[in-house]
Amino acid sequence: MHLMYFTEQPMSAYDEKAGRDFGATALMFSNKHFDPVAGSRLYNNYIEQYMLAEEVGIDGIMLNEHHNAPFCMQAKANIFAAILAGMTKKAKIVMLGNPLPLAENPIRLAEELAMIDMISKGRLVSGFVRGGGQEQLATGVNPAFNRERFEEAHDLIVQAWTKAGPFRFEGTHYQHRVVNPWAVPLQKPYPRVWIPGVISKETIIWAAQQRYPYIALNTSIEQTKKIWELYDQVALQSGYVGGPENRGYLIQVHISDNEDKARENAKQFRWMQGEFTGLAHPVWSTPSGYGSPTNRRAFVEFAAGRAINPRGNTSFEQQVEDLRIIYGTPDQVVKKLKRILEQTRPGILALWGNDGFVSQEDSLTCIRLMGQEVFPAIREIAKSLDLKSPFEADAPVHLRYSKDLKPAKAAAAE
Amino acid sequence: MAGVDWKTSTVAAGGTKLHLRRAGRGAPLLVLHHETGTLDDLPFYDALAAKHDVLVPHHPGYSRSERPDWMRSVRDIAVVYRGLLSELGVAKPALVGLGFGGWIAAEMATMAPADLSRLVLVGAMGLKPPQGDILDLAITGYVDYVRAAFHDQKAFDRVYGAEPSVDQLEMWDICREMSFRIAWKPYMYSQTLPHLLASVRAPALVVWGDDDNVVPMSAGKRYVEALPNAKFEIVKSCGHAVDMEQPEALAKLVNTFIGRE
Repeated sequence: MHLMYFTEQPMSAYDEKAGRDFGATALMFSNKHFDPVAGSRLYNNYIEQYMLAEEVGIDGIMLNEHHNAPFCMQAKANIFAAILAGMTKKAKIVMLGNPLPLAENPIRLAEELAMIDMISKGRLVSGFVRGGGQEQLATGVNPAFNRERFEEAHDLIVQAWTKAGPFRFEGTHYQHRVVNPWAVPLQKPYPRVWIPGVISKETIIWAAQQRYPYIALNTSIEQTKKIWELYDQVALQSGYVGGPENRGYLIQVHISDNEDKARENAKQFRWMQGEFTGLAHPVWSTPSGYGSPTNRRAFVEFAAGRAINPRGNTSFEQQVEDLRIIYGTPDQVVKKLKRILEQTRPGILALWGNDGFVSQEDSLTCIRLMGQEVFPAIREIAKSLDLKSPFEADAPVHLRYSKDLKPAKAAAAE
Repeated sequence: MAGVDWKTSTVAAGGTKLHLRRAGRGAPLLVLHHETGTLDDLPFYDALAAKHDVLVPHHPGYSRSERPDWMRSVRDIAVVYRGLLSELGVAKPALVGLGFGGWIAAEMATMAPADLSRLVLVGAMGLKPPQGDILDLAITGYVDYVRAAFHDQKAFDRVYGAEPSVDQLEMWDICREMSFRIAWKPYMYSQTLPHLLASVRAPALVVWGDDDNVVPMSAGKRYVEALPNAKFEIVKSCGHAVDMEQPEALAKLVNTFIGRE
């Protein structure tokens, strides 16, 4: 089991009322509401949180990035990864991940990630994402080619990491006549790539085809099971059997030594007006061409205000009921997490510990209890359930490095 | 206008298949629709077909025409339409471009300046407005965006209904996706087109609604300056979608200009 700490790095100092008055807290919500004095304090708070997380023995620090919104202060995950590469000693630096389509020059990403891997002495996990719809608009990238750019940038980066340069790359969206970056990753054949996601079937299928672990982001148990069903089916078609080492899960968990306090702090998971990415116009979060064409009809109905959000926007109580938000003392939290582990069998687990206005003191308490009490118990449960991480299972970094591939039928028979 | 006999066909041209509506007799007139696609029947089309041989193709990737995945620019559409005209044996047509279709018409005019009788641009995109910006489709809701093209919202209701159908919303999404594929950056204009317009000697009419909230009128003035032989007409109390908001007024302007009124 690989156990991680995650925070969205909330810019909690923004003016919530201004967000409500404007009717949106993303993309077009003015950055005049960003306070760099608070920003400076918060960035340093987050560094302190990560350093404590390492000190109390977590396996990995999960990082991500978003743009033009208060719910996440990381505009470039590689910046934090670079800081942590130098400051931490043991924890994996798990990027979930770099939004590939936003890159106009993926070779620069390949270089940055290679530097992070070398500086951290091989502790990088290099996850990749498509980036939300708003990310495309915030960076002027064409949403209609999002998936094509994702796959092509991935191929270019992997080539830059594994193939001796100089070589030439002539793609549809990326053309580079000289690929020869003088920074390559320490880990061979290349750093592990994990793929986080929420709803796109195409991404689950693609991840399974690559044999990259898929990290389900705070989905309900039922949704998570459906994701593994699809992943495992594609795995069989690709000649291997999916297992815990292919499965990751991120869940909102706040831990305290006091249940009432834990509950109050857990309510902060809903601080962005109930949507973790805040309020946004549907056409910003899903610009035309960004989503799957099979969802087009349902989406336009929702966007025109004639149907409920297909992603759902459920109450705090309901999310607690569904085990999408967990809070409590370490014992209480472990019991609930055990149910999730038993039912969905992940080999990678990330706890999203703190959000919104949770104080730095309470955030640090949460992390301390996570590392010292919750994770040791989870490790024991994982052992009894045989939930191995990709590291423990020594899983291949990519399908092409597999030594156990079988024809689809034989794999299915196992 | 009742009694116009529109014929529908699918024509292969320029490496793709186009849905084409055609009606009327007389000199050929190619009408190029907006980036929001087009309905099959519109009073403006009928009014033109009373005097001309009117061709209304659906742009590749819009409305009922299939999407060529390879297409990357608005100029590609113009080339496809040059192919369509040649396929149909239509020579020296008048081009009537509506909004986004105006950009396509202008590109077509620059490609073959001699193969053109008249050029009509109505609230045309394609040039960077000297003042103001072209309304951004990507951050505006489906209905809000189309409504922004009307000065009088009753005109929108008349064309699309006060609550457009889900089919219509879906169609707008498909059109939007195609616009992103071919006109994302720079958004809805070409940096080279203004220079190329100098070769268009055919008489041109540039028409703008006086309350166009989609393409600033400054872009219209820039067209008039760049085209060697152009005049400017303003339609009063009218938004960007002049063809749908004031179809009779626009048809009269066009028919007069082309010489059939």
